Amino acid sequence: MRSGLTFGPALGLALLALVAGASVVRAEEVETCPVPASMLSTESRLSKVADAVNDGRALDILVIGSRSSSIGGSQDGAYPARLQAALKDKLPQLAVNISVELQPKQTAEETVSGFVKLLETKKPTLVIWQTGTVDAMRSVDPDDFHAAVDQGVTALQNAGADVILMNLQYSPRTETMISGSPYMDNIRAVAQEHDVPLFDRFSIMRQWNEQGDFDLFSAVHGPELARRVHDCIGRALSNFIFDAAHLGPAQQN
Amino acid sequence: MASVADQVSGISVPAAADAPARAPAAAVASSSITLPAVGERELRLDLFRGLALWLIFIDHLPTSLLTWLTLRNYGFSDATEIFIFISGYTAAFVYGRALLEQGFVVSAARILRRAWQIYVAHVFLFTIFLAEISYVATHFENPLYSEEMGIMDFLKQPDVTIVQALLLRFRPVNMDVLPLYIVLMLALPLILVSMRWRADLTLALSVLLYAATWEFDLYFSSYPSGVWMFNPLAWQLLFVFGAWCALGGARRMSRILSSNITLWVSIVYLIFAFFVTLTWYVPQLGHVLPRRLEQWMYPIDKTDLDVLRFAHFLALAAITVRFLPNDWPGLKSPWLKPLMLCGQHSLEIFCLGVFLAFAGHFILAEVAGGAALHALISLCGIVIMSSVAWLISWYKHSADKSARKGARGNADLAGGG
Repeated sequence: MRSGLTFGPALGLALLALVAGASVVRAEEVETCPVPASMLSTESRLSKVADAVNDGRALDILVIGSRSSSIGGSQDGAYPARLQAALKDKLPQLAVNISVELQPKQTAEETVSGFVKLLETKKPTLVIWQTGTVDAMRSVDPDDFHAAVDQGVTALQNAGADVILMNLQYSPRTETMISGSPYMDNIRAVAQEHDVPLFDRFSIMRQWNEQGDFDLFSAVHGPELARRVHDCIGRALSNFIFDAAHLGPAQQN
Repeated sequence: MASVADQVSGISVPAAADAPARAPAAAVASSSITLPAVGERELRLDLFRGLALWLIFIDHLPTSLLTWLTLRNYGFSDATEIFIFISGYTAAFVYGRALLEQGFVVSAARILRRAWQIYVAHVFLFTIFLAEISYVATHFENPLYSEEMGIMDFLKQPDVTIVQALLLRFRPVNMDVLPLYIVLMLALPLILVSMRWRADLTLALSVLLYAATWEFDLYFSSYPSGVWMFNPLAWQLLFVFGAWCALGGARRMSRILSSNITLWVSIVYLIFAFFVTLTWYVPQLGHVLPRRLEQWMYPIDKTDLDVLRFAHFLALAAITVRFLPNDWPGLKSPWLKPLMLCGQHSLEIFCLGVFLAFAGHFILAEVAGGAALHALISLCGIVIMSSVAWLISWYKHSADKSARKGARGNADLAGGG
């Protein structure tokens, strides 16, 4: 439906571009990957992040995720690094530290078993937990998955951290092979139960694919597309954190 | 491949000719089940099964404009519920009659033959899937999806995987309905015998099994891990309920179905479900739902056929039965003919739909299609499904004609028939 509706504005934009030919050049230089405001707003609040920013304390963020939180296993240019850059732009007066805990090929249950140890060494203000992909690929019982995510979020909250849950990537090529929806439903359910913001990576990426920002069907071999997508995810995530922590434009200066 | 729906219709001429003679015999056989007379064709079953097949096909394609027309966007249940219910209904109708007229052994043998056909169809689809996945694995290497590509690791040990697939324990996405159907068909002889003995008790037992599935977390395990996407122990409820309706239950429920209370409860529930579904797509509405309600309601489990889904199907069915009488002239309209034809050859068209969805994915991936191509693929798929259904009908019709001329032996000689 959306892809149909965007045709009108796209046509209008094309006409505008014809009129103001000079501005087109600039538009091509900057990565444009708009996300509808509704996908970046949440009812749940990141109060610890808000406190840290308002008190001018350092913002320690821990990203826990599987391989899709990296680019082919490397952190170079992946969304956590891009998030850090975006937050530093927005909050130049604050120290923003991001550490990444990659748990490739680990299900939610296996990841959660390491949480206690992980949080002993780190005391993050905010934990971004990307999960579900490995469970979907192994088709773990959705009830067990729900229990594991529930337990994990409880552990993170008990350790005094704000939590953001992040779901699967939109991966059209593997759609006939991986059934993500039961896992995404359960992530959404746990987010609601714990009043925790959910960063809907899947819907956002699908939106980009439909709008033509990225061709996620593409069979390119190089890391270029992955870098651009991760850059956009990092920036969208920074906006999402700002919304959830109720940080207005005032803090941005 | 004789399709269930065809046998219901009595298109097969010899059976229809026999029917009046046999009907009294069936009535004499004292049992707790009653069958409608042959020839009293339930066109609505064909219509809605055809519709379910179209919707399943569209749902199996990537999301597009047409996806917004499918049932699951407007409530809890989707086309799978319709398909399984109608399958239970028609299977009980056909084989219930066989049980009364030909006895347990013959009817059970016919049911097993049908289950075998479905199994072969499933294996055929798996082969196509294997071809597709092998192609993607060798041609596609995007670093963005290095994690998701891990799903193809099973290609590294094809020996185990293929055996597990033959055991129905390894199943690709979108190929879960046929294994469910096979298990339900295997249970059908038992269900029918039990229905003949005490129909209501059988339904009660089915509800009990459903409840036990939820209470004790019973499931069918799958390979390499996890559970069946559609738990047969829970989904049997819809199938048995369909069978119960076919064997006289629907008639006995007619007073409940025509009551205004049922109507209003159904309408209110459907509106509620629609509203809840709306909050999934319009997150701004999310805060309107009380959090208590959300916590009680979510997740709405498809694997174990959540009660909310079952109730949604019941409400839809109650309203449909009330406002769409079987003698509605529109049912004979040529506009609905494509749907009817698809519904009448459900197994063939279902398999074709799964194949077309694979093919559609493939074309979209290769051509990097936009919304227009996407819509075109969906429409083409539906046209192909309808044409093939028409072709099968035409073939069966002419085969029946030649059978009447005495050429019947040929198919048996050739090992077919």
